[in-house]
Amino acid sequence: MYPQAVLFYVFSAILLFAAFRVITVSNPVHAALFLVLSFFQASGIWMLLEAEFLSITLVLVYVGAVMVLFLFVVMMLDVDLESLRKGFWRNFHLAATLGAVVALELTAVLMGGFRLSQPAHALGGTAATVPNTQALGIALYTEFLYPLELAAVILLVAIIAAIALTLRKRKDSKFQDPSEQIRVQPQDRVRLVKMKSVVPEIVDPVKAPLVEEKK
Amino acid sequence: MNITLGHYLTLGAILFALSVTGIFLNRKNIIVILMAIELMLLAVNMNFVAFSHYLNDIQGQVFVFFILTVAAAESAIGLAILVLLFRNRSTIHVDELNTLKG
Repeated sequence: MYPQAVLFYVFSAILLFAAFRVITVSNPVHAALFLVLSFFQASGIWMLLEAEFLSITLVLVYVGAVMVLFLFVVMMLDVDLESLRKGFWRNFHLAATLGAVVALELTAVLMGGFRLSQPAHALGGTAATVPNTQALGIALYTEFLYPLELAAVILLVAIIAAIALTLRKRKDSKFQDPSEQIRVQPQDRVRLVKMKSVVPEIVDPVKAPLVEEKK
Repeated sequence: MNITLGHYLTLGAILFALSVTGIFLNRKNIIVILMAIELMLLAVNMNFVAFSHYLNDIQGQVFVFFILTVAAAESAIGLAILVLLFRNRSTIHVDELNTLKG
Protein backbone atom coordinates (compact mmCIF):
# COMPACT_ATOMS: atom_id res chain seq x y z
CA MET A 1 0.00 0.00 0.00
CA TYR A 2 2.94 2.30 0.48
CA PRO A 3 3.46 3.43 -3.15
CA GLN A 4 -0.27 4.10 -3.46
CA ALA A 5 -0.15 6.40 -0.42
CA VAL A 6 2.82 8.30 -1.87
CA LEU A 7 1.05 8.64 -5.22
CA PHE A 8 -2.12 9.82 -3.52
CA TYR A 9 -0.28 12.55 -1.61
CA VAL A 10 1.66 13.69 -4.69
CA PHE A 11 -1.47 13.82 -6.84
CA SER A 12 -3.54 15.62 -4.22
CA ALA A 13 -0.81 18.15 -3.47
CA ILE A 14 -0.49 19.10 -7.15
CA LEU A 15 -4.29 19.05 -7.54
CA LEU A 16 -4.83 21.46 -4.66
CA PHE A 17 -1.99 23.72 -5.80
CA ALA A 18 -3.41 23.83 -9.35
CA ALA A 19 -6.91 24.53 -8.04
CA PHE A 20 -5.54 27.35 -5.90
CA ARG A 21 -3.77 28.84 -8.91
CA VAL A 22 -6.95 28.57 -11.01
CA ILE A 23 -8.79 30.91 -8.67
CA THR A 24 -5.92 33.34 -8.06
CA VAL A 25 -4.04 33.90 -11.34
CA SER A 26 -4.86 37.12 -13.17
CA ASN A 27 -4.69 35.75 -16.71
CA PRO A 28 -7.68 33.54 -17.68
CA VAL A 29 -5.48 31.59 -20.13
CA HIS A 30 -3.20 30.56 -17.26
CA ALA A 31 -6.26 29.71 -15.18
CA ALA A 32 -7.53 27.40 -17.94
CA LEU A 33 -4.13 25.71 -18.21
CA PHE A 34 -3.98 25.18 -14.44
CA LEU A 35 -7.48 23.71 -14.64
CA VAL A 36 -6.13 21.25 -17.23
CA LEU A 37 -3.35 20.33 -14.79
CA SER A 38 -5.83 19.76 -11.98
CA PHE A 39 -7.96 17.53 -14.23
CA PHE A 40 -4.90 15.44 -15.01
CA GLN A 41 -4.16 15.01 -11.29
CA ALA A 42 -7.79 14.11 -10.57
CA SER A 43 -7.57 11.53 -13.33
CA GLY A 44 -4.54 10.03 -11.60
CA ILE A 45 -6.40 9.88 -8.29
CA TRP A 46 -9.36 8.15 -9.94
CA MET A 47 -6.93 5.65 -11.38
CA LEU A 48 -5.83 4.92 -7.80
CA LEU A 49 -9.49 4.32 -6.99
CA GLU A 50 -9.65 1.71 -9.76
CA ALA A 51 -12.09 3.72 -11.86
CA GLU A 52 -10.08 3.39 -15.06
CA PHE A 53 -12.83 4.15 -17.54
CA LEU A 54 -13.87 7.39 -15.83
CA SER A 55 -10.26 8.38 -15.39
CA ILE A 56 -9.59 8.11 -19.13
CA THR A 57 -12.95 9.75 -19.89
CA LEU A 58 -12.00 12.68 -17.71
CA VAL A 59 -8.84 13.23 -19.73
CA LEU A 60 -10.52 12.71 -23.11
CA VAL A 61 -13.71 14.67 -22.50
CA TYR A 62 -12.51 17.38 -20.16
CA VAL A 63 -8.94 18.02 -21.19
CA GLY A 64 -9.58 17.15 -24.83
CA ALA A 65 -12.88 18.90 -25.43
CA VAL A 66 -14.18 21.14 -22.67
CA MET A 67 -10.92 22.81 -21.74
CA VAL A 68 -10.00 23.35 -25.40
CA LEU A 69 -13.38 25.06 -25.77
CA PHE A 70 -12.58 27.17 -22.70
CA LEU A 71 -9.18 28.15 -24.08
CA PHE A 72 -10.73 28.94 -27.45
CA VAL A 73 -13.31 31.26 -25.90
CA VAL A 74 -10.80 32.89 -23.55
CA MET A 75 -8.44 33.63 -26.43
CA MET A 76 -11.24 34.78 -28.73
CA LEU A 77 -12.66 37.33 -26.32
CA ASP A 78 -10.59 40.45 -26.04
CA VAL A 79 -11.14 41.01 -22.35
CA ASP A 80 -9.91 44.01 -20.43
CA LEU A 81 -8.09 42.22 -17.61
CA GLU A 82 -7.25 45.28 -15.53
CA SER A 83 -10.84 46.28 -14.85
CA LEU A 84 -11.78 42.70 -14.02
CA ARG A 85 -8.89 42.47 -11.61
CA LYS A 86 -9.83 45.62 -9.72
CA GLY A 87 -10.98 44.96 -6.17
CA PHE A 88 -9.82 41.35 -6.31
CA TRP A 89 -8.50 41.24 -2.75
CA ARG A 90 -11.25 43.46 -1.35
CA ASN A 91 -13.54 40.59 -0.41
CA PHE A 92 -10.73 38.14 0.28
CA HIS A 93 -11.59 37.95 3.98
CA LEU A 94 -15.22 37.13 3.25
CA ALA A 95 -14.19 34.55 0.67
CA ALA A 96 -11.61 32.91 2.95
CA THR A 97 -14.05 32.80 5.87
CA LEU A 98 -16.78 31.25 3.72
CA GLY A 99 -14.36 28.72 2.25
CA ALA A 100 -13.14 27.71 5.71
CA VAL A 101 -16.73 27.40 6.96
CA VAL A 102 -17.68 25.20 4.00
CA ALA A 103 -14.61 23.01 4.51
CA LEU A 104 -15.29 22.65 8.26
CA GLU A 105 -18.95 21.81 7.67
CA LEU A 106 -18.10 19.19 5.09
CA THR A 107 -15.41 17.69 7.31
CA ALA A 108 -17.77 17.60 10.31
CA VAL A 109 -20.46 15.83 8.31
CA LEU A 110 -17.97 13.36 6.84
CA MET A 111 -16.29 12.61 10.17
CA GLY A 112 -19.60 12.16 11.95
CA GLY A 113 -21.48 10.26 9.31
CA PHE A 114 -19.15 7.61 7.98
CA ARG A 115 -16.72 5.06 9.27
CA LEU A 116 -13.84 6.64 7.43
CA SER A 117 -11.05 4.25 8.26
CA GLN A 118 -12.78 1.19 6.92
CA PRO A 119 -10.93 -0.71 4.22
CA ALA A 120 -12.54 -1.29 0.86
CA HIS A 121 -15.19 -3.97 0.84
CA ALA A 122 -14.21 -7.29 -0.58
CA LEU A 123 -15.22 -7.34 -4.19
CA GLY A 124 -18.40 -9.27 -4.79
CA GLY A 125 -20.97 -9.83 -7.49
CA THR A 126 -20.19 -9.04 -11.11
CA ALA A 127 -17.65 -6.34 -10.20
CA ALA A 128 -15.29 -9.00 -8.87
CA THR A 129 -15.00 -10.91 -12.13
CA VAL A 130 -15.17 -8.28 -14.87
CA PRO A 131 -12.98 -5.25 -15.48
CA ASN A 132 -14.14 -1.79 -14.51
CA THR A 133 -15.09 -0.70 -18.02
CA GLN A 134 -17.15 -3.82 -18.60
CA ALA A 135 -18.90 -3.50 -15.24
CA LEU A 136 -19.77 0.12 -16.01
CA GLY A 137 -21.02 -0.84 -19.45
CA ILE A 138 -23.23 -3.60 -18.07
CA ALA A 139 -24.73 -1.20 -15.54
CA LEU A 140 -25.23 1.56 -18.15
CA TYR A 141 -26.88 -0.57 -20.81
CA THR A 142 -29.16 -2.62 -18.57
CA GLU A 143 -30.19 -0.84 -15.42
CA PHE A 144 -29.51 2.73 -16.55
CA LEU A 145 -30.55 2.53 -20.18
CA TYR A 146 -33.29 5.15 -19.89
CA PRO A 147 -31.06 7.72 -18.10
CA LEU A 148 -28.38 7.02 -20.70
CA GLU A 149 -30.76 7.97 -23.51
CA LEU A 150 -31.80 11.06 -21.58
CA ALA A 151 -28.13 12.01 -21.34
CA ALA A 152 -27.83 11.60 -25.10
CA VAL A 153 -30.81 13.93 -25.59
CA ILE A 154 -29.22 16.46 -23.24
CA LEU A 155 -26.06 16.42 -25.33
CA LEU A 156 -28.11 16.90 -28.50
CA VAL A 157 -29.89 19.86 -26.92
CA ALA A 158 -26.52 21.31 -25.93
CA ILE A 159 -25.20 20.97 -29.48
CA ILE A 160 -28.23 22.65 -31.02
CA ALA A 161 -28.32 25.38 -28.37
CA ALA A 162 -24.63 26.21 -28.72
CA ILE A 163 -24.85 26.41 -32.51
CA ALA A 164 -28.12 28.37 -32.52
CA LEU A 165 -26.80 30.86 -29.99
CA THR A 166 -23.55 31.63 -31.75
CA LEU A 167 -24.77 31.42 -35.35
CA ARG A 168 -24.40 34.77 -37.06
CA LYS A 169 -25.63 35.64 -40.54
CA ARG A 170 -23.01 37.57 -42.42
CA LYS A 171 -24.32 40.69 -44.09
CA ASP A 172 -21.48 41.17 -46.55
CA SER A 173 -21.62 37.75 -48.17
CA LYS A 174 -23.54 37.31 -51.42
CA PHE A 175 -25.37 34.06 -52.08
CA GLN A 176 -27.99 32.66 -54.47
CA ASP A 177 -31.51 31.69 -53.46
CA PRO A 178 -32.48 28.86 -55.87
CA SER A 179 -36.18 28.87 -54.99
CA GLU A 180 -36.42 32.55 -55.77
CA GLN A 181 -34.57 32.00 -59.03
CA ILE A 182 -37.06 29.32 -60.08
CA ARG A 183 -40.14 31.33 -59.14
CA VAL A 184 -39.11 34.37 -61.18
CA GLN A 185 -41.70 35.82 -63.66
CA PRO A 186 -41.04 37.72 -66.90
CA GLN A 187 -42.47 40.92 -65.47
CA ASP A 188 -39.88 40.79 -62.72
CA ARG A 189 -37.11 41.02 -65.26
CA VAL A 190 -38.41 43.39 -68.00
CA ARG A 191 -40.32 46.56 -67.27
CA LEU A 192 -42.03 48.36 -70.17
CA VAL A 193 -42.34 52.06 -69.57
CA LYS A 194 -44.45 54.36 -71.72
CA MET A 195 -43.09 57.85 -72.07
CA LYS A 196 -43.23 60.78 -74.46
CA SER A 197 -40.40 61.29 -76.76
CA VAL A 198 -38.26 64.09 -75.59
CA VAL A 199 -36.85 66.58 -78.08
CA PRO A 200 -33.52 67.86 -76.90
CA GLU A 201 -33.03 71.60 -76.95
CA ILE A 202 -30.80 72.56 -79.81
CA VAL A 203 -28.07 74.91 -78.85
CA ASP A 204 -26.59 76.99 -81.57
CA PRO A 205 -22.87 76.70 -81.30
CA VAL A 206 -22.27 80.07 -82.94
CA LYS A 207 -24.81 82.08 -80.91
CA ALA A 208 -24.09 80.57 -77.54
CA PRO A 209 -20.81 82.34 -76.83
CA LEU A 210 -22.36 85.65 -78.02
CA VAL A 211 -25.18 85.36 -75.54
CA GLU A 212 -22.69 85.00 -72.79
CA GLU A 213 -20.72 87.99 -73.88
CA LYS A 214 -23.83 90.23 -73.89
CA LYS A 215 -24.43 89.64 -70.20
CA MET B 1 -0.01 3.53 5.90
CA ASN B 2 -3.36 2.96 4.21
CA ILE B 3 -5.25 5.56 2.29
CA THR B 4 -8.79 5.44 3.61
CA LEU B 5 -12.11 6.81 2.47
CA GLY B 6 -11.59 9.77 4.77
CA HIS B 7 -8.54 10.92 2.81
CA TYR B 8 -10.47 11.11 -0.45
CA LEU B 9 -13.49 12.78 1.15
CA THR B 10 -11.25 15.38 2.79
CA LEU B 11 -9.57 16.06 -0.55
CA GLY B 12 -13.00 16.56 -2.12
CA ALA B 13 -14.06 18.87 0.70
CA ILE B 14 -10.94 21.03 0.39
CA LEU B 15 -11.36 21.21 -3.38
CA PHE B 16 -15.01 22.23 -3.02
CA ALA B 17 -14.14 24.90 -0.44
CA LEU B 18 -11.39 26.24 -2.71
CA SER B 19 -13.80 26.62 -5.59
CA VAL B 20 -16.40 28.37 -3.38
CA THR B 21 -13.64 30.78 -2.38
CA GLY B 22 -12.78 31.19 -6.06
CA ILE B 23 -16.32 32.23 -6.94
CA PHE B 24 -16.23 34.91 -4.27
CA LEU B 25 -12.77 36.15 -5.24
CA ASN B 26 -13.47 36.39 -8.98
CA ARG B 27 -16.88 37.99 -8.69
CA LYS B 28 -16.35 40.10 -11.81
CA ASN B 29 -14.93 37.56 -14.22
CA ILE B 30 -17.51 35.16 -15.64
CA ILE B 31 -14.90 32.91 -17.25
CA VAL B 32 -13.15 32.16 -13.97
CA ILE B 33 -16.54 31.64 -12.27
CA LEU B 34 -17.33 28.97 -14.88
CA MET B 35 -13.95 27.36 -14.20
CA ALA B 36 -14.65 27.36 -10.46
CA ILE B 37 -17.96 25.61 -11.15
CA GLU B 38 -16.06 22.96 -13.12
CA LEU B 39 -13.77 22.50 -10.10
CA MET B 40 -16.81 22.09 -7.83
CA LEU B 41 -18.17 19.37 -10.11
CA LEU B 42 -14.77 17.70 -10.02
CA ALA B 43 -14.83 17.68 -6.20
CA VAL B 44 -18.30 16.14 -6.18
CA ASN B 45 -17.22 13.52 -8.72
CA MET B 46 -14.22 12.73 -6.52
CA ASN B 47 -16.57 11.92 -3.63
CA PHE B 48 -18.74 9.76 -5.89
CA VAL B 49 -15.79 7.74 -7.18
CA ALA B 50 -14.35 7.32 -3.67
CA PHE B 51 -17.66 6.05 -2.30
CA SER B 52 -18.08 3.81 -5.32
CA HIS B 53 -14.69 2.24 -4.62
CA TYR B 54 -15.01 1.86 -0.86
CA LEU B 55 -18.64 0.69 -0.82
CA ASN B 56 -18.01 -1.51 -3.85
CA ASP B 57 -20.97 -0.18 -5.81
CA ILE B 58 -20.69 0.58 -9.52
CA GLN B 59 -23.70 2.93 -9.43
CA GLY B 60 -21.52 5.72 -8.04
CA GLN B 61 -19.43 5.62 -11.21
CA VAL B 62 -22.56 5.57 -13.36
CA PHE B 63 -23.63 8.76 -11.62
CA VAL B 64 -20.23 10.35 -12.29
CA PHE B 65 -20.74 9.47 -15.95
CA PHE B 66 -24.01 11.41 -16.05
CA ILE B 67 -22.51 14.33 -14.13
CA LEU B 68 -19.72 14.54 -16.73
CA THR B 69 -22.35 14.60 -19.49
CA VAL B 70 -24.36 17.38 -17.90
CA ALA B 71 -21.22 19.35 -17.06
CA ALA B 72 -20.05 19.20 -20.67
CA ALA B 73 -23.45 20.41 -21.87
CA GLU B 74 -23.47 23.14 -19.25
CA SER B 75 -20.06 24.50 -20.16
CA ALA B 76 -20.83 24.39 -23.91
CA ILE B 77 -24.03 26.40 -23.51
CA GLY B 78 -22.46 28.67 -20.89
CA LEU B 79 -19.56 29.54 -23.17
CA ALA B 80 -21.95 30.09 -26.10
CA ILE B 81 -23.94 32.54 -23.98
CA LEU B 82 -20.68 34.19 -22.94
CA VAL B 83 -19.61 34.67 -26.57
CA LEU B 84 -23.03 36.11 -27.42
CA LEU B 85 -22.85 38.42 -24.41
CA PHE B 86 -19.41 39.67 -25.37
CA ARG B 87 -20.55 40.24 -28.95
CA ASN B 88 -23.48 42.38 -27.85
CA ARG B 89 -22.04 44.25 -24.88
CA SER B 90 -18.26 43.95 -25.48
CA THR B 91 -17.72 43.26 -21.80
CA ILE B 92 -17.92 40.30 -19.45
CA HIS B 93 -17.87 42.49 -16.36
CA VAL B 94 -20.56 41.05 -14.09
CA ASP B 95 -21.41 44.42 -12.56
CA GLU B 96 -22.21 45.96 -15.94
CA LEU B 97 -24.72 43.29 -16.92
CA ASN B 98 -27.72 45.06 -15.44
CA THR B 99 -30.02 45.44 -18.44
CA LEU B 100 -32.91 43.78 -16.63
CA LYS B 101 -32.60 46.15 -13.70
CA GLY B 102 -34.69 48.80 -15.46
